[in-house]
Amino acid sequence: MAIEVRIPTILRTLTDGAKSVEGKGGSLDELFADLDVRHPGLRARLVDDKGLRKFVNVYLNDEDVRFLSGLETEVSDGDNVTILPAVAGG
Amino acid sequence: MLTIERALVDKIVAHARADHPDEACGVIAGAAGSDRPTRYVAMMNAERSPTFYRFDSLEQLKVWREMDDRDEEPVVIYHSHTATEAYPSRTDISYASEPNAHYVLVSTRDPEEIEFRSYRIVDGTVTEEEVKIVDGYA
Repeated sequence: MAIEVRIPTILRTLTDGAKSVEGKGGSLDELFADLDVRHPGLRARLVDDKGLRKFVNVYLNDEDVRFLSGLETEVSDGDNVTILPAVAGG
Repeated sequence: MLTIERALVDKIVAHARADHPDEACGVIAGAAGSDRPTRYVAMMNAERSPTFYRFDSLEQLKVWREMDDRDEEPVVIYHSHTATEAYPSRTDISYASEPNAHYVLVSTRDPEEIEFRSYRIVDGTVTEEEVKIVDGYA
């Protein structure tokens, strides 16, 4: 078992076109670090030095992780993580 | 070029007028790879602002999942400008994240006339495109 992570179109250049990838970790932060080993550059698109990037939405199962514990949100095998770029502008 | 049915244009314009002076936003889904917008989905503007829009994150997840399940993609992503022209702002360009989408902008600054324009926004580059409004898809 692992954690399934769904990747949005714009980031699939980093996953060889894969719509979803698998990773492991006890928290979202660890999961992203693990993914970055096989998909270099992915973490930097999701996280900056202040934490989760403002215009990236990350969901654990059906919850926006901003309403959970952000990068510290605990994850475990069998969870589904979905990444979506926020649709926003002025 | 964006080819779009008149009925869908009318829905976008009606939504933009209804939410004025706040910005309105939404998507038109279509079969993946078809480049044909067919299913209209008005979205909440979580910012409820005359100068900014952002899809509500949970509503976006629900709609994006539905599209995935139906093998659709967001063919059109639209929003309105309520005091300026229908041209992508700096923030529109920096947050554009769907390289396959037609970004439609509507301006409601004039109560009588509507501006309806479409753009591609890829890697920070804006390209305006022709809009062809049709009564129905052939």
